[in-house]
Amino acid sequence: MTLAQFLVLSAALFSIGIYGVLIRRNAVLVLLSVELMLAAVNINFVAFGRYFADSTAGGQVFALFVVTVAAAEVGIGLAIVLLIFRNRASANIDELDVLKW
Amino acid sequence: MFDYHALAPDFIVAGTVLAVLGADLFLPRERKWLAAVVGILGLTVALIPIVTLAASDDSVRSMMDGSYVIDDFALVLKAFFILTGYIVLLMSVAYVEADRYYQGEYYFLVLASLLGGMVMASSRDLISLFVGLELVSGPAFLLAGWKKADARSNEAALKFFIIGVLSAAILLYGMSLVYGMTGSLSFDGIREASASVAEEPVFVLGILLVLVGFGFKVSAVPFHFWAPDTYEGAPTPVTAYLSVGSKAAGFVGILLVSYVAFAGAPEIWGPALWILAALSMIVGNLIALRQENIVRLLAYSSIAHAGFMLVPFAAAALVEGDSLNQAFEATVTYVLIYGIMNLGAFAVVIAAARRTGSGQIRDWSGLGSYAPGISILLTLFFFSLAGIPPLAGWYAKFVMFLAVLQNANGWTIALAAIAALNAVIALYYYARVVQSVWMDPAPDEVAPDPEPSGVAPSLGLAFGMLAVAVIVVGVFPEAVGQFAKAASAIAGG
Repeated sequence: MTLAQFLVLSAALFSIGIYGVLIRRNAVLVLLSVELMLAAVNINFVAFGRYFADSTAGGQVFALFVVTVAAAEVGIGLAIVLLIFRNRASANIDELDVLKW
Repeated sequence: MFDYHALAPDFIVAGTVLAVLGADLFLPRERKWLAAVVGILGLTVALIPIVTLAASDDSVRSMMDGSYVIDDFALVLKAFFILTGYIVLLMSVAYVEADRYYQGEYYFLVLASLLGGMVMASSRDLISLFVGLELVSGPAFLLAGWKKADARSNEAALKFFIIGVLSAAILLYGMSLVYGMTGSLSFDGIREASASVAEEPVFVLGILLVLVGFGFKVSAVPFHFWAPDTYEGAPTPVTAYLSVGSKAAGFVGILLVSYVAFAGAPEIWGPALWILAALSMIVGNLIALRQENIVRLLAYSSIAHAGFMLVPFAAAALVEGDSLNQAFEATVTYVLIYGIMNLGAFAVVIAAARRTGSGQIRDWSGLGSYAPGISILLTLFFFSLAGIPPLAGWYAKFVMFLAVLQNANGWTIALAAIAALNAVIALYYYARVVQSVWMDPAPDEVAPDPEPSGVAPSLGLAFGMLAVAVIVVGVFPEAVGQFAKAASAIAGG
């Protein structure tokens, strides 16, 4: 496996994630798409970390931080989605139109 | 390895965060405001080590292989975040108490977000910068949705959250590319390695993605569209915090990556920030002209101010020679002064909206005839935002123009012209509110004052501090200028 293969995989995942964020109308699926983007970031960091054989393992450490922070963010995000679902019985982001964009 | 003196401000605030959460457990419902008192006391104590650190001979204290540094920049920004938190807590007490919603957790989240800003100010590598940024954002998402039963607050939180995590993902992808091209996570390492890869398209893409990520954070056009909705839907003290604390955190990030990490590649970030600055000023001000809601007006005004703050970046990058320090100083000055006057403007919004029961500008007509105190403060802060001397705002704009025109060329003069034009447009919509308050007739029946005794004492204290600061800084701009000058020592690495 070469570095390039990992980078292509990560770029593809990142693009799919952006596509999902733009296209999906359900807030939970938007969240999942963001998770895909973060997974792409982690692949990049770990692949580069391995490639540089960095003595401080910077890339891998960064990936661990990203995983931790992403978990916390999903917690916050699901709490907000749950709140909206309780008030409106829907998690469709198109129906959020009280405030004009 | 650890310099506890240097870390004392962060540790004290972290301790305060936990103390507030703990105090909330034991306080009875009607005494929850004491949690805010605990927070304010903790922030006051945290200022002590900042003063002693500033007075000590070691001006730069570096920890963890230079990843976490306490220098003048870090101290100035930490003090700024602490004072912002101080004012926001004062503004919040009466507001949150009226709602009787989870007060203890509210103060906890404000302080936690603040701590994130303090971490960012010290971070000198990508990991600590990212962790600090997320610590700023995470609690802010929850605060935006604080009015749980209010559909507008829910919507504000969700929009803010989706944009927030999307921008974090873009920022991280950019960081991963920068790491991949330079092999280093520390700003010093990136700067040293950047000379050899500055031409690489992937490195350029990495820098641009990092700037896009921070562009969302500071709500620069075209990454601004979440800001008006979130500002309008969130509780007003939270909006004040978002427009000052969270935006300042974004600027700390942009300042650090541009002037320290990417100091070797200004030809990449300079033009990009030129475009962001010009668009933010033009779009922010033009849309602000036709806003009817005061919070949306301030939201667009804060987008325009983000544009003004970005102007020196473009100027620094586009001229030859050693102008980085001066541009850095100009942006820091602008951020500090903007913080004072924008917090003041939102404090006025809280007081006036409670008095009139409305956030629509037309409902404020004639406010001056029945609430002169609030109206005088409104005039003070809005004219300061417009940049009228002798109020603080003029100095922010003055140093910005000075930084641009010091080493002028065609591009910087064009940007200065756009900025000058926008300063005039901005004056119009600020003056429109002031005119409506003083000159338009009051409604025939003015609703009785819900608080006959005047504004809450905590809000009054915040008003007093901000009003004094706006006037003192306007008359003696060195009061802020010297801090910004000290902070600018890190520019260029």
